[in-house]
Amino acid sequence: MTDPAGIAVSEFGTQPAGEERSAGQDQVRSLWSDAWDSLRRNPLFWVSSALILVFLLMAAAPQLFTSADPFYGDLAVARQPPSAEHVFGTSSQGYDVYARVVYGARASIMVGLLTTVGTVVVGSVVGLVSGFYGGWLDALLSRIGEVFFAIPLLLAGILAAYLFQPGPGSGLVSQVLRVVAVLVVFGWPSLARLMRGSVLQVKPNDYVNAARALGASAPRLIVRHILPNAVAPMIVVATINLGTYIAVEATLAFLGIGLRDPAISWGNDISIASSIGLVRAAPHMLLFPSLFLSLTVLAFIMLGDAVRDAIDPKLR
Amino acid sequence: MSETLQGAGRPVPAESSWTPVDGRLLDVEDLFVEFRTRDGVAKAINGVSFSLDEGETLAVLGESGSGKSVTAQAIMGILDSPPGFITGGRIRYCGTDLLGLTEKQRREVRGPEISMIFQDALSSLNPVFPVGWQIAEMLRVHRGANRSDAREGAIRLMERVNIPAARQRVNAFPHQFSGGMRQRIMIAMAIALDPAVLIADEPTTALDVTVQAQIMALLAELQEERRMGLILITHDLGVVADVADRIAVMYAGRLVETADVHPIYAAPAHPYTKGLLASIPRLDQKGQELSAIGGLPPNLTRIPPGCPFNPRCPYAQDVCRHDPPPPLIEVRPGRRSACHFTDRVLADSEVEFDHTHPGAQEEGR
Amino acid sequence: MSREVILSARDLVKHYPIRTGVLRRTTGQVRAVAGVSFDLYKGETLGIVGESGCGKSTLGRLLVQLERPTSGRLAFGGTVEDLDAGAPDVVDMVAADGNRLRQLRRDVQIVFQDPYTSLNPRKTVGDIIQEPFDIHPAVEPRQGRRRRVQELLELVGLNPEHINRYPHQFSGGQRQRIGIARGIALNPKVLVCDEPVSALDVSVQAQVVNLMERLQDELGLSYVFVAHDLSVVRHISDRVGVMYLGSMVELGDEEQIYERPTHPYTQALLSAVPVPDPTLRGRREEIVLSGDVPSPANPPSGCRFHTRCWKAQDVCAVEPPPLAPRPDGVSAHDSACHFAEPRTIVETVDVS
Repeated sequence: MTDPAGIAVSEFGTQPAGEERSAGQDQVRSLWSDAWDSLRRNPLFWVSSALILVFLLMAAAPQLFTSADPFYGDLAVARQPPSAEHVFGTSSQGYDVYARVVYGARASIMVGLLTTVGTVVVGSVVGLVSGFYGGWLDALLSRIGEVFFAIPLLLAGILAAYLFQPGPGSGLVSQVLRVVAVLVVFGWPSLARLMRGSVLQVKPNDYVNAARALGASAPRLIVRHILPNAVAPMIVVATINLGTYIAVEATLAFLGIGLRDPAISWGNDISIASSIGLVRAAPHMLLFPSLFLSLTVLAFIMLGDAVRDAIDPKLR
Repeated sequence: MSETLQGAGRPVPAESSWTPVDGRLLDVEDLFVEFRTRDGVAKAINGVSFSLDEGETLAVLGESGSGKSVTAQAIMGILDSPPGFITGGRIRYCGTDLLGLTEKQRREVRGPEISMIFQDALSSLNPVFPVGWQIAEMLRVHRGANRSDAREGAIRLMERVNIPAARQRVNAFPHQFSGGMRQRIMIAMAIALDPAVLIADEPTTALDVTVQAQIMALLAELQEERRMGLILITHDLGVVADVADRIAVMYAGRLVETADVHPIYAAPAHPYTKGLLASIPRLDQKGQELSAIGGLPPNLTRIPPGCPFNPRCPYAQDVCRHDPPPPLIEVRPGRRSACHFTDRVLADSEVEFDHTHPGAQEEGR
Repeated sequence: MSREVILSARDLVKHYPIRTGVLRRTTGQVRAVAGVSFDLYKGETLGIVGESGCGKSTLGRLLVQLERPTSGRLAFGGTVEDLDAGAPDVVDMVAADGNRLRQLRRDVQIVFQDPYTSLNPRKTVGDIIQEPFDIHPAVEPRQGRRRRVQELLELVGLNPEHINRYPHQFSGGQRQRIGIARGIALNPKVLVCDEPVSALDVSVQAQVVNLMERLQDELGLSYVFVAHDLSVVRHISDRVGVMYLGSMVELGDEEQIYERPTHPYTQALLSAVPVPDPTLRGRREEIVLSGDVPSPANPPSGCRFHTRCWKAQDVCAVEPPPLAPRPDGVSAHDSACHFAEPRTIVETVDVS
């Protein structure tokens, strides 16, 4: 309590919050349902969720959004500006830019989701183990993490992508998994550090001691008491990271070392569209994939912000 | 802090003209403060009036949420706004309503005239500056002292609050001091500009008893020496009995009883005060039965209608639940109580609290 | 009161290593508990008082096996001497593991100070109080647990219908009742209470103290009541131990400690406690100690109190006085001072 205001607020904090409130309203109010309540009242949450929903749908079923074939190039209509027939115009190969953008969502979303799942799983397991057990195990895991952490994600991606080039014509999934693997290997340490930090904060709490005094086993302590109270910051950062991973994938593709034909990727298309001459001749080729990429990244970052505000208003 | 509330544009007396009116330093009249939070409006202070004279120690006694700390913040002008708003009342210092002053004018009162010490000395001191520098800063900013004079002044102040080897420790940092020593440094800062009013908000709650005794003795000594008005905010009935001249008991943002220190311990006139005294264990008694006050202090966003204490009060009747809260009225000379049944409470207390120390009765009563 | 020993400690020591530098080398020891011995009798309350850093909380954590002692003995069900004599039903707490340890955890439980950090904020009250049964399934069959939890809620004075609420929906005093319910769920014989009321509002403290006294009568519990508030400790305790810098400096009946203290530290401590009675103002003798408590990483030689003691002589800096019975004017009780003599600090009024 540094400032007098803190004292004032904490005075109210000690009030029996639910005592009278409960009469007419819900009897049961967990911290998660409180968080959901405040999330629901946040317009940022609804805007970002709507956007994400659209992109998810686009990734799952692109046919719903366009009947055009993203691989059908008609050189006769190359580099045309937006028109009624091609709403986003056509590319220098004569592809329909709208169809390319729609089909490109799948790669980006897959990379974002899978990388997030991977980093969260590896990061939380490592973070939990090193935070809970401490000692030499913590020292070892932390040093390993630091080694990967010291290499910038992008630099690592460039290196790894050069070293492990995909065979010509390999499919979308295997290409995506390659990129995901690289991002996970170099992305988990930041989440592990985060998790370790929260575990160290939760561990000394007396409810953990109370369970230890009752004879609770280590797995029980971790699963019942530590994880539920340590997971919140992880959720927030993972959501924001999801957007970041999508941007990193696009950057790799832009540099020509991420996803490549036949996979359709926004980064790849942006790369082609930004070659000299094309930017001025066909700016729509650059504009639309960039716009979609930015919107997707923005949506996830906004969602992360909204979730953070809901979980812990003090972090704002 | 609302500057437009009332009396805006009132001419502010020059520094020298802050003189008490008939010995009266501070007059708080009908103060209202609320906090507008997400969960509703918390009515933290609901019509509080009291005064403070030169050289007087007023203890404001209450539990958490009673509004005692908020009162202090309102007087100091350090209420966080939003969420806190002063919605009514006046705080007169030497006759001038502080609520009508501009922020700049308030700053000139805060420190040289009214200053404050907090419960948590560690977080009230800046960890990256030496303590001597922090004390000297007060003298530089308000008195325009030069560096070496301010430093000497800081050392003298540290010596005054009995910090051993002050000259050697003037460049030490807050974390290098123990809790009691940090509280002494806070006190040195608070008295640096010779304020007329010192507000101490739970100054010893975080300290061990032996250190608490040292700090309270120091405060009493300083007050005597400088004729300060001291407002001691606390929940500790023991500390109050040792140092206070007068006591104001707060409950749910209201004063429920004010009196001189002796009569209130001998026979409390409000059921809440009576309940508190009956519920604390005493070091000097054995075989004591603690009669606890039932229930809980109210949630300030939903203060019960009628007298706010009625759900916990053994004297409560229908009138307590339906009529507006009873006003604080004089029940004996110098004693005020806000209860419909003060006389009955007093009569009961006089019987119940009649076991003071042998030989102690003739004094003090 | 039957004088049957339920828990016993001998020369209990707990050191925490101080590690510094990159290599985390041990450069010193914080001597949190430095050789404490006592017996806890069945059905009694033993108060442990002292200022912050005196090791009283560490002692509590040693008793419930949240920490392992660096050295020393702990016996349950009798004294350490009984244990060495091979008495049946006396358990060596330090050596216990496996099933023995599980049984000990049922028998010795703890209530924590801070009702805000001692309950898992993401679990319902029902889950919190039921956890003891989930960890020790033999105590209560699965189908009976919910009902048992409701009984416990009722026993500690809470509404059993609130079983599905979360801790943040309760006030501090109510949360402390929940903590107590969890502590007594397994029918322990000993409950260690670490500052159980010091975080509560004044008007609520008495409710919880009275609850603890009632539960002791109803369930025949023995309490180790660790607190810094000497008034509360006097009220609830049958016997009291005073700790300073990791050592027990005085141990005796409530009356002996409060009315006839013989150790200078106890006397100073008692004299500093403010009494809610303005008529005593200026009449109470105040012994003001100089200086601060020394660091437990580097405690003074000999008697640990000699640096602040007005009675200290040369011998005090050399020879640590043992905790042994010393005359207190009426009888004798344990005190660790070479120059122990009784002195009335608090004039006691019997109001029973």
